[in-house]
Amino acid sequence: MIRGKLAGYGTIGLLLLAVTLLLCIGIGSVYLPAGEIAAILLHRIPGLGRLITPDWEVASEQIVVLVRLPRVLLGMLVGASLAVAGAGFQGVLRNPLADPYTLGVSSGSAIGAAVLIFFGWQFSLLGVFTLPVVAFITGSITLWIVLWLARENGKIPIESLILSGVVMQAFLGAVVSFLTAMSKKTVNEILYWTMGSLSLRGWSYTAILFPYLLLGALYLWSRAKHLNLLSLGERQAAHSGMAVERTKLLVLLVATLMTAAAVSVSGVIGFVGLVVPHMIRLITGPDYRLIIPLSAIGGGIFMMWSDLAARSLLAPTEIPLGIVTAFVGAPFFGYLLYLKKKQREAEMR
Amino acid sequence: MIEIKSISKSFGRYNILDKLSWKVQSGEFWGLIGPNGSGKTTLMNLISGVEKPNGGEIQLGGKRLEAYSRKALSHKIAVLQQDGLPPVGYSVREVVEMGRFAYQDWRGREPGDSLAGAQLIDGIMERLDLMELQHRPLSVLSGGQRQRAALGKVMAQQPELVLLDEPTTYLDLRYQLQFMELVADWQRTEGLTVISVMHDLNLAAMYCNRLLVMSGGSIVAQGAPQDILSPELVAKVFGVHAHQVVHPDLGIPQLLLRRGDATP
Repeated sequence: MIRGKLAGYGTIGLLLLAVTLLLCIGIGSVYLPAGEIAAILLHRIPGLGRLITPDWEVASEQIVVLVRLPRVLLGMLVGASLAVAGAGFQGVLRNPLADPYTLGVSSGSAIGAAVLIFFGWQFSLLGVFTLPVVAFITGSITLWIVLWLARENGKIPIESLILSGVVMQAFLGAVVSFLTAMSKKTVNEILYWTMGSLSLRGWSYTAILFPYLLLGALYLWSRAKHLNLLSLGERQAAHSGMAVERTKLLVLLVATLMTAAAVSVSGVIGFVGLVVPHMIRLITGPDYRLIIPLSAIGGGIFMMWSDLAARSLLAPTEIPLGIVTAFVGAPFFGYLLYLKKKQREAEMR
Repeated sequence: MIEIKSISKSFGRYNILDKLSWKVQSGEFWGLIGPNGSGKTTLMNLISGVEKPNGGEIQLGGKRLEAYSRKALSHKIAVLQQDGLPPVGYSVREVVEMGRFAYQDWRGREPGDSLAGAQLIDGIMERLDLMELQHRPLSVLSGGQRQRAALGKVMAQQPELVLLDEPTTYLDLRYQLQFMELVADWQRTEGLTVISVMHDLNLAAMYCNRLLVMSGGSIVAQGAPQDILSPELVAKVFGVHAHQVVHPDLGIPQLLLRRGDATP
């Protein structure tokens, strides 16, 4: 039964993903029809290329391959990573407000980025990779501190874990705000980084993020039954034969690394990791065997549309992506909650 | 089956269990009785391995309890917790299937015949009369129905020993009897060992063939209900006065409470 559901929802999801991909590549300062984009992309696939005769302008191909495709794909990967990580966090913390940033990873990454930008060191050590690498490292260190703070007798109680995360977030957030306020000429750069953006990233960022997403999502998917069992409570899960503490720790670690990787290339984009898993849950029910893969697809779709809005609504000015995700996501989530409420009320009658 | 050798458990300065020793033979149906705070639930948690004793040792099938992995232990022992199952969105069948967790590989599949697996679940659903409810989410079930689903999950685990912690506390009379009958039937047919914390002494006398009476972290009495249940015992352990009568059908002792405080 689960396989049938997965195949059904998965097919719909992948179709929506493909349509979104084509539309988001097509829409911009120069409009490109979806058919042409499909032809350009298929032409690049080895073996298929010979079957398609190029009848497009060179400029179109360059816009697709060098400008729009890397950005749209990066958006898809960031959205997928955050949504899958969010599903993992919600599964382990069993708290509806849990999201990829609950344990303070975003603030940890932001600190690294803010310090670099503040002192003008963004490109100092590793060229364009300096900022993502440093942001990833400071994000991971933050996770380590939070876990260390929360751990007692070899166990990680959920309540102290969430509290430690909140404490770290508040403290590091204050430091980032301080740096933002103190830096006179670069004020916008730190601020914009903390609000997220996908502009001018190029192919290399996509390439860094991809392995994290692939391995992380596969691992979390393989833990889906564990998360299902965990929703009955930690004691129940232990009695049913699960090594609870080890599972919690590994899922949190993997979800956090995925988050840190996404944040380090795109900045802090809120709301996706919170809302997308909830949306999927409202549609499919509580089974993580569905929630995790469908969150990846849903997060990708959601982020591509958000980024399209961010770059085209006020073009040529870009709206910070984090603002758009909240602006679009919150009302949509509210609408889904409203539908669910109506459905429950109808069942009661 | 289980041999407990002089175990102690304390939380900080508070001693919950004091050098308790106890033996459970395979196929016995034990009722654990005693006032609140006498250490019954702690004893259950130590046997199920979710808490560790401060001293002493527990042996399961001749092996130290610590030697079992979580997974290996859950092949032997299943637990029905006092608070039962939470009102989650999973269907009854899905929750019962979760009892098979310890038998599944990393892909979530059981090695061998998948048809046999489905038949096992079907059998349990039939036995517990859950077939009609199997696709309903737990969140819409009554307390009694949810408790039956919890029993189904425990049965799917195919243990040798079942620990029940006050399994009938939140059930009405009909469901209490129904639940105990289901457990007794399962115990008889599978040769299972059962240890159940019971608050209702009469129900305990009806279903258990051994009683363990605890007070203040130690064992006060143990044996067959007809040998140990008496007004003197309940006065000593619970501080209440009672009459003893004999159950007209079953010939076992039953206690009728008297009014007033026992402690003079």
